[in-house]
Amino acid sequence: MVETLLQGLLLGGLYCLFALGQSLMFGVMRLTNTAQGDFIILGSFAAIAGMNALAALGWNNGFASFAVMLALLPLAFGFGYALQRWVLNGTLGRDPLPSLVVTFGLSIVIQNLLLELFSADPRSIETGGLNTASIALPAGLAIGVLPLAIFTVALVATGALQWLFNGTRLGRAFRAVSDDKEIAELMGLNSHTVYAFATAIAFVLIALAGVLQGMRTTVSPADGPLLLLFAFEAVIIGGMGSFWGTLVGALLLGITQQIGFRIDPGWGIWIGHIVFLVVLVLRPQGLFPKTRG
Amino acid sequence: MTHAQVIRSTPGSRAAQLAGLLLIVVAATLPLWAPEDSRSPWMREFVEIACYFIFAMMWNLLAGYGGMVSIGQQAFFGFGGYVMLMLGNFAGVNPFVAVPLGALVAALVAVPVSFVAFRLQGGYFAIGTWVIADVFRLSFANVSAVGGGSGTSLTALRGIEKATRENVTFWIALACVVAAITLVYLFLRSKRGLALLAIRDNEVAAESQGIDVRGTKLAVYVVAAFGAGLAGALYFVGNLRISPDAAFSVNWTAFAIFMVVIGGIGRIEGPVVGALIFWALNKFFSGYGTWYLMGLGLLAIVVTIYFKQGLWGWAQRRFGLSLFPTQRTLRL
Amino acid sequence: MTALLQASGLTAFYGDAQALFGIDFELNAGETVAIIGANGAGKSTFLKALTGLVRSRPDQIRFDGQSISGLPPGEIVKRGIALVPEGRRLFASLSVEENLLMGAFAQRPGPWSLQRLFKLFPVLEQKRALPGTALSGGQQQMVAIGRALMSNPSVLLCDELNLGLAPIVIKEIYDALPAICAEGMTAVIVEQDVSMAQRMSRRIYCFQEGRVALQGASDSLTREQISQAYFGV
Repeated sequence: MVETLLQGLLLGGLYCLFALGQSLMFGVMRLTNTAQGDFIILGSFAAIAGMNALAALGWNNGFASFAVMLALLPLAFGFGYALQRWVLNGTLGRDPLPSLVVTFGLSIVIQNLLLELFSADPRSIETGGLNTASIALPAGLAIGVLPLAIFTVALVATGALQWLFNGTRLGRAFRAVSDDKEIAELMGLNSHTVYAFATAIAFVLIALAGVLQGMRTTVSPADGPLLLLFAFEAVIIGGMGSFWGTLVGALLLGITQQIGFRIDPGWGIWIGHIVFLVVLVLRPQGLFPKTRG
Repeated sequence: MTHAQVIRSTPGSRAAQLAGLLLIVVAATLPLWAPEDSRSPWMREFVEIACYFIFAMMWNLLAGYGGMVSIGQQAFFGFGGYVMLMLGNFAGVNPFVAVPLGALVAALVAVPVSFVAFRLQGGYFAIGTWVIADVFRLSFANVSAVGGGSGTSLTALRGIEKATRENVTFWIALACVVAAITLVYLFLRSKRGLALLAIRDNEVAAESQGIDVRGTKLAVYVVAAFGAGLAGALYFVGNLRISPDAAFSVNWTAFAIFMVVIGGIGRIEGPVVGALIFWALNKFFSGYGTWYLMGLGLLAIVVTIYFKQGLWGWAQRRFGLSLFPTQRTLRL
Repeated sequence: MTALLQASGLTAFYGDAQALFGIDFELNAGETVAIIGANGAGKSTFLKALTGLVRSRPDQIRFDGQSISGLPPGEIVKRGIALVPEGRRLFASLSVEENLLMGAFAQRPGPWSLQRLFKLFPVLEQKRALPGTALSGGQQQMVAIGRALMSNPSVLLCDELNLGLAPIVIKEIYDALPAICAEGMTAVIVEQDVSMAQRMSRRIYCFQEGRVALQGASDSLTREQISQAYFGV
């Protein structure tokens, strides 16, 4: 039982990384990115392509994967910035439909593009054995090094994001423009640029999540939508407007799914969905809705 | 004192109604006049496009008029299909009769589903409905009586001769299309329909006028679920084989969104135009597989950003056309 | 002497509905001008047009000799016009101090700083870490004024400062205005209270249904003139 809980927590760490970008984009500009999961998978495949390129140049050990990941992050930042500035900014407004349709369209484009470039075969990122290494704990338990690393990254990312929001000028701008766009512009803010920065940061998180997912397990072009659902569930269970809440929601989802998988492999995801729906009915604002301070 | 008239139809709409009637007569007699070898594929193609169209029509009702954008209507589509199959295979009901029954049960299940779904709004409502659809998918995938994850066949139609089966399926599809259009049209012209438009424009103001917002939204959701269930039941009567991944695939909603957005959301003509364009694109380009789908996605993106009212909406603005007028014009 | 801020034939629309029908307005450096008028007369719309929140036609507004029509609000703030909006409109997710710091986002040089604001409104210093919306109406108004001052404007536009406030609080706020305007600040105040407007300003404009119905020196306009212009009778 303890092992299941541990594994659930570590899985939740990954789900937190899936969800942070979504939480950020929705928090700042009320934009629901239905292509969230597909962008994560795009990140995975971008890393795979990078690895293939490095291998062709003769560099193919575990460290290559980290080099690729580091290189991918600034690329993701620029990509997210450009996407928001030139495509998504045009869809914002009171009507949620345009942003939903455009991101949904992007989801379809990405899935089919990946299918075309990489075929439907599942792939993964070579980590030089890191994904099977484990640490022995007391009481005969063992946890994987990679899942632990992912969990740590999730903790750091959540803390960093929370600090960004509460302690920096950019974070103030994010909160201001989300509260009252018109008055924020009156202060000298350019909402288009602020939104672009928000998405840029969200995409760094997406790229991170994609690479880690590809290291942890195999990925294939059609995996995106399910990751979106997990990210979304984590955000709702945790409560909107709080990054620590998203982390807690993700951990709960991870634990729930692991328990489900233990009972029967076919029921893991289903139980996660059900718990999400129960939380939605009983406490729609989530467990830790936006708290001040 | 000038006499004010409320005009509810236009010359264009009256012409369209006549043309529509003619089309229905021509289509209904298709099995009689169509050449031998193209009869079967034409009818099958029609049934398929009819399902896409009805589903898109209902999605348009929900999103364009009801203001509820859902990515989970496929839940009712698949549910209607499975109910039809179960009634046919296990309860001995004639599958053709089971089609409207499946729709009815889908509408009934929409009521408890709405208790959950209505907790969310806007973009999160959309994804929440997708989660619910996934719950449906996973649930049916774990029921071995209907074949679990790999699905099962509609055995109840085994005894019927192929030509008869295809003819009846075709006529039922035609009837469903006419029924769906009529249902939506009448609903929107009714008092409930006006209430819906008021809610869409300003929910708070509508509530203050005494409009039952929640009740109206529930009504639309149930009607949309009925239509989706109808399309699903019809599809699998034609397809004869059902599986959770096919029944509850998000692609149904994806294509519906495409048709409605291209045609123009919030107009009845929208899905009609969109379905025709979709059918044409499908006919000529679906052979290109992934590139075709990428093209559809890009087209939807471009139309959403640059032609906010869809292509028909753009034409309506430009030329003032209206085939299914639901507005009332005051002529003094 | 050319006016610091000048509107000529200013028209403004909300979508298809016209709200302002050719306003002529002049503001000279260092003076305080009041705008009065009934609800819906276009006073708030006028201030919004001056700050770029509502679009005006080209060349209808000139500030410091240059046209500012069509510029985004951020640009106009950078040039030195600040608005204290109707209804305060503080940022709900930000603390009092953060709200004030947002005002300085445009980073214009000048005498106003957090310290100076806290001297002007001491109660804000005590509550600096609280969320903006946890304060009373009057204190929120102080934050809104402070936020505008933090951009070191040369022109301060105040939209209905006393909306929804108790009389004693209103007095407190208006007592602070002279301190603000003492350093040569130019101000426009939109007011419902006519006698307050006359006391606080040198000149008055009276708006009626999107047009200027009356203008003149505050101490020379009579009761009858004002009520005639105000109500259009």
